[in-house]
Amino acid sequence: MQNQFLRFLLWRMVQFLPVVAMATLTIFSLIQLVPGDPAATIAGEYATAENIEAIRHSLGLDRPLWEQYGIWLWNAAQGDLSNSLLSGLPVMDEVLRRLPSTLTIAVLALCIAVIVGVPLGVLAATRADTMLDRLVTGIASLGVAVPNFWLGMILVSIFALGFGWFPTTGARPISEDFWGALHHAALPAATLATGGIAEIARQLRSSLIEVLQSQYVRTLRAKGLPNYLILWKHGLRNAALTLLTVIGLVFNHMLGATVATEAVFAISGTGSMIVNAAINKDFPVVQGAVFVLVLIVIVMNLIIDLFYSLLDPRVKKG
Amino acid sequence: MKKPWRGIPWTGETMTTRTSDPMAKPPQPLLDVRGLGITFSGPGSLVPVVRDVSLTVAAGESVGLVGESGCGKTVTGLALMGLLPFRTSRFDGQILLDGENLLELSERQWRKRRGRRIGMIFQEPMTALDPVFTIGAQIGETLRTHFRIGRSEARERAIEALAQVGIPDPATRHDAYPHELSGGMRQRAMIAMTISCEPALLIADEPTTALDVTVQAQIMDVLGELSARSGMAMLFISHDLGLVSQTCSRIVTMYAGEVVESRAADDVLCRPRHPYTSGLLRSLPSFTPRKGRLPSIPGRVPRPAEFPNGCRFEGRCPHAQQQCSARQQLQPLRDGGFARCWRSEELSLPGVLS
Ligand SMILES: Nc1ncnc2c1ncn2[C@@H]1O[C@H](COP(=O)(O)OP(=O)(O)O)[C@@H](O)[C@H]1O
Ligand code: SF4
Ligand SMILES: [Mg+2]
Repeated sequence: MQNQFLRFLLWRMVQFLPVVAMATLTIFSLIQLVPGDPAATIAGEYATAENIEAIRHSLGLDRPLWEQYGIWLWNAAQGDLSNSLLSGLPVMDEVLRRLPSTLTIAVLALCIAVIVGVPLGVLAATRADTMLDRLVTGIASLGVAVPNFWLGMILVSIFALGFGWFPTTGARPISEDFWGALHHAALPAATLATGGIAEIARQLRSSLIEVLQSQYVRTLRAKGLPNYLILWKHGLRNAALTLLTVIGLVFNHMLGATVATEAVFAISGTGSMIVNAAINKDFPVVQGAVFVLVLIVIVMNLIIDLFYSLLDPRVKKG
Repeated sequence: MKKPWRGIPWTGETMTTRTSDPMAKPPQPLLDVRGLGITFSGPGSLVPVVRDVSLTVAAGESVGLVGESGCGKTVTGLALMGLLPFRTSRFDGQILLDGENLLELSERQWRKRRGRRIGMIFQEPMTALDPVFTIGAQIGETLRTHFRIGRSEARERAIEALAQVGIPDPATRHDAYPHELSGGMRQRAMIAMTISCEPALLIADEPTTALDVTVQAQIMDVLGELSARSGMAMLFISHDLGLVSQTCSRIVTMYAGEVVESRAADDVLCRPRHPYTSGLLRSLPSFTPRKGRLPSIPGRVPRPAEFPNGCRFEGRCPHAQQQCSARQQLQPLRDGGFARCWRSEELSLPGVLS
């Protein structure tokens, strides 16, 4: 059993390797489309052509593209994310320095989305086709449609500028000042959470409605089981399978959306790091950051899979 | 608001049973359905699906409820369990269980009887059990809903119930998930769950229809044994009159939402009194001696919205006459039982036994 489980884990890891390679290759190719030349940027305004050429050579930028990518991938596989073209500093250090702020908002946003989205979904499902249901569903569609940055600005103008309850910008390191970090992360996380709340509420509602109309719920009622047990024990337990999938997707989406949110709230997380590096065509930095984010997504998906196999006896392990 | 029951004047008599003593009359049947009507309300429409259904089941008795698909058997069964959506269903008549009108109970009171006094098993064993809980957990949960017992006692009694329905190695199967069992085993588990609380009445809605023939026979044996051994009464719902006649002492035939015939099983098989029952009997493969095409009833069951005002079988009945377009009442018959056909006494309809 335990052995089987480890094999299952290992197998899932191996399955994800191509995903990592694909993601970084795509990023690498896209960066080539960005105008500009890092070597010229480093050399400065008054550099000669030879100067630039020398810098390009020292950075390895004169090699064929596939070779540049190959070297990067080889190093990354060994845990070395190379150095920034511009600052020359190790990318890994920079990513690790900025990651906590990004993760703080993303994880907080996920918690908010689950804590608010689940009761809303349950409420809408148990009151299906009533005014309340239509209200929740309506707000949910709105939540999906509203752009994050726009909502972020509105939240800032109301709760930060208006009431002064939250800081407008910036972040605190969560390792030093836990509550301060949460306080700073609250607005950006709330911004990030709206889409997730809406998605979780909507999906949970439809999944729960399906479960509650199922044959086995009719059996439960025929047994004389009280309604609260039918809803909270059997209903939620079965709908949790869908919920898990949705939570995984929502988290992936949130990690991506941190790029825009960090820009609005001037947070120096990995999102803003990627944006700045992309503008300067500093591909090791972009790729390094994306690489780490993809790893996080993969780990998250693994955790979801684990939960899934725990919750659903029909999932075969191994 | 409930309308008073306006069917045939109730005589207080129960219908004839296949007992050696024809005078034996239980003072009060376990289940006594009087003039049950069920109307579904849709958006802007009322659909009367079932009308004037009267039937009784005495304690320990097995009664069959037959009719083609779409005749309202399942809806009737669900109504007896209080499982139809209360918001969109309207009921007429009475459902008396132990002399108590279930239709007047609150949902909470009804729930106490559901699963305890009256249980139901369904057609689809593949989907009728919760896929993410073990068989044993689902049986134990039922027991603990109705009895104040601990986990270990619930486990013991669940294993006992599994053994009673003939599941081999019940202690192991107790911890199996539904998907790990075959269809027949699941239906057995479903039966075990329902009988674990020893209900006085079991409603079995096409319990074998989804299973293959050999398994079908085994499940029928299990049900037969259970009712014989524990004295549990059964309302056996099926489209298959042949199957019903094997286990039930009385047969109630439904057509298009109405009871059309209600008599002792032997009487029905020898001399059906309603042309619909006769048609059903003659289309049974097991009773037709000659090879060749089975004489099936032409046409199909009308949908609730298209029910005719007169005899609902008129469009398909080979004996139809002018008077048949008047509404037919369930009439007591001279030789016992009831039929909803004004010609029932004069017609000599073919059965399958003589
Ligand atoms: N929830 C419902 N709403 C409206 N009509 C229904 C509903 N359930 C069943 N019916 C109708 O009631 C009739 C009887 O159905 P049913 O009881 O399932 O028949 P049977 O079990 O005899 O095959 C059918 O015409 C069906 O369309
Ligand atoms: S009332 Fe007429 S149509 Fe209806 S079953 Fe009797 S004979 Fe046939
Ligand atoms: Mg049915």
